[in-house]
Amino acid sequence: MFGFHYRLERKAIGLVVGIILVASIGGIVEIAPLFTIHQTVEDAPDMRVYTPLEIAGRNIYMREGCYACHSQMIRTLRDEVERYGPYSLAVESKYDHPMLWGSKRTGPDLARVGGKYSDEWQVAHLVDPRSVVPESIMPAYDWLSRNRLKTDNLGEDLKALRTVGVPYSEDMIANASSDAHGQAAPDSKEAESVVTRYGKETSVRPFDGKPEELTEMDALVAYLQILGRLTDAAKKPVATAER
Amino acid sequence: MIGQLTKFERQTAMLILLALSGVGLAMAIAGRDDPFGVHGVLVLLYALAGIIFVISGFFDPEPGDDRFDRYNDDPTKAGIVLAMIWAAFALFVGDWVAWLLVNPNLTFDAAWSSFGRIRPVHTTGIIFGFGGNALIATSFYVMQRTSRARLPDQLSPLFVIFGYNLFCLLAVTGYFMGVTQSREYAEPEWYADIWLVVVWVVYFLVYLRTLARRKEPHIYVANWYFLAFILVVAMLHIVNNLAVPTSLARVKSYSLFSGVQDAMTEWWYGHNAVAFFLTAGFLGMMYYFLPKRAGRPIYSYRMSIISFWGITFFYMWAGSHHLHYTALPQWVQTLGMTFSLMLLIPSWVSAGNALMTLNGAWDKVRDDATLRFMMVAAVFYGLSTFEGSFMAIRPVNALSHYTDWTVGHVHAGALGWVAMITFGSFYALVPWIWKRDGMYSWKLVEVHFWLALAGTVIYVFAMWNSGIVQGLMWRTYNDSGTLAYSFVDSLVAMRPYYIARAVGGLSFLIGALVGCYNIWMTIRTSSHAAGEFMGDLPDPVLARTPALQAGE
Repeated sequence: MFGFHYRLERKAIGLVVGIILVASIGGIVEIAPLFTIHQTVEDAPDMRVYTPLEIAGRNIYMREGCYACHSQMIRTLRDEVERYGPYSLAVESKYDHPMLWGSKRTGPDLARVGGKYSDEWQVAHLVDPRSVVPESIMPAYDWLSRNRLKTDNLGEDLKALRTVGVPYSEDMIANASSDAHGQAAPDSKEAESVVTRYGKETSVRPFDGKPEELTEMDALVAYLQILGRLTDAAKKPVATAER
Repeated sequence: MIGQLTKFERQTAMLILLALSGVGLAMAIAGRDDPFGVHGVLVLLYALAGIIFVISGFFDPEPGDDRFDRYNDDPTKAGIVLAMIWAAFALFVGDWVAWLLVNPNLTFDAAWSSFGRIRPVHTTGIIFGFGGNALIATSFYVMQRTSRARLPDQLSPLFVIFGYNLFCLLAVTGYFMGVTQSREYAEPEWYADIWLVVVWVVYFLVYLRTLARRKEPHIYVANWYFLAFILVVAMLHIVNNLAVPTSLARVKSYSLFSGVQDAMTEWWYGHNAVAFFLTAGFLGMMYYFLPKRAGRPIYSYRMSIISFWGITFFYMWAGSHHLHYTALPQWVQTLGMTFSLMLLIPSWVSAGNALMTLNGAWDKVRDDATLRFMMVAAVFYGLSTFEGSFMAIRPVNALSHYTDWTVGHVHAGALGWVAMITFGSFYALVPWIWKRDGMYSWKLVEVHFWLALAGTVIYVFAMWNSGIVQGLMWRTYNDSGTLAYSFVDSLVAMRPYYIARAVGGLSFLIGALVGCYNIWMTIRTSSHAAGEFMGDLPDPVLARTPALQAGE
């Protein structure tokens, strides 16, 4: 064995090939099947896609590095299920490019935060976290209410997402910008078509309380309020366990 | 530096820099409504600075053939200086981030300085800025010495070191603007990733071409590790960063993978970045500088082989232990746990090999802070790999995951192993390549050592405490069978540990600043008269007698 190595270490290309071969096996065995076998991700017929406004909010969530302190993955442990809600299923992040499961909880898990608090609470919490949770060590994100949301490129985002496998239609891509505006302004004429395109479960309301202006706060709150609510699959584990 | 380039190489450098400035200009114009345009300007300025630098030496006399009588240490020198600058910067940001967790108002009330944006500045600055420059610098040095051959040409190593730093700059400035893929430890966006691939291919070719010119029949063990580092990091980087940009004029891209597959890919990358960036490369450093400084050959050649192939094979399976109890299929979690446990064997074989090498040289460890840095690094390597395998066990992970224990574990590795072996190697290397009798002040090396050790110990103990307290509070039930603590209760309990952590980080930062000063003063003092060391010359200047090396 060591005699073989004595010869191998005289050959640079031999070492190169050896390293590539030895290092490839683990990834091939563990990762490749995840893409091919059906059991990796459960079926959830009621699964819906993010609206353009929610995608914009998700991008802000990533931009501000929220994933560094908040996980979005409830593990199958008793205390986590009791604290946060039903444990997370793979299907729930099926349209998450990339996933935001996170690795650290400096703050609580957010996988099921959607609908847990009112929009007003979320806005107050983002503007000044310590006004609602005095012990919080979260930074303030008050500028989000002042920043106008850029929507003109949202069509490109939806298109790129379709390329990687999210089922956005031509119609959704073409109207991405107006849908983003409509979702946060219930009285506008764009509001109705958001519901037509994304389903009646879609929340259409002024997320930051000001329907006249579309801000980054609208987008982030819209995203936070949809977390854990793209599908109900996790609430009926029996239906998804056997497949 | 430019004086060492031939006319042709200077012209090639100009062409490359002009092409780069063209790219920067195009990016600046196309992306004017987006951070993409800002990065275009940055690329343009970086290329222009390079052009000015090349022009400043463009008409210098060409180097004679005697440049081939010496090793090419210019890229190593540049790499060491850059690594120390990155260390000072990123450790400062790291300590700032630590204080932000004590008091969230220690900020400028601006978007760029909030925790979520500067935390990746710290991680990337340390891993890629400090660690990467240190690895490139030492690998160039080590591969020339152990091959007894000069780098193949003058220009491509410089391209590697300066091209790589452009990547680091794009990454770090991007986070301040909110440009991130949010893939942990792979946050830079698609254009920076593509640029890194270009740089990395050149790096790999420089390495292979040097090996091809070697005058030693065998490839020394340090080079196996450097080779594995370069190859596997390339594999990881490319697969993990597969993404579709929204437009060629915007920074934003979307990962090719989603959900559970994306999580597995990310942690396959994330854990193996630990394996091949933060371990293999630095083991290469250790396998050269520790025996050299101790004046003893590596204890066991066979242990080197077992450890090398064990690490290369086992590590690649271990990433899934980051996803215990998640929606990842359980068979993958179990494989990850199993291989993480087996990984302890090759890791401890390496740590043991290093410590056994010191047998008979313990008096030097006592007297020489430089060697002591390396010894402590080997000890922390052994400790943190043990801890890592332990934390990969499912029930342990149930407690430790998502808590500060993970942060403590990472820093035991980053501060205790990666930074210590680097500082030790630098303190050995700086006098050698700048041809000085020794460091400017050995007392300051001693000061740096104790500050670094104290900082690491305080940091790690604080995080062990906070992590375990946090994990236990989350799962504690009261008598009536309901959760005893709210999340906020656990947050409040963290405060004293967060203060201790920030103090430990500060101690480590001050130590590194002392190191920067010491290295800078060493470089500035005038060269001693002895000139070249005998034996530090590439073939064919020395007589051709293939000598056995340490480890054979």
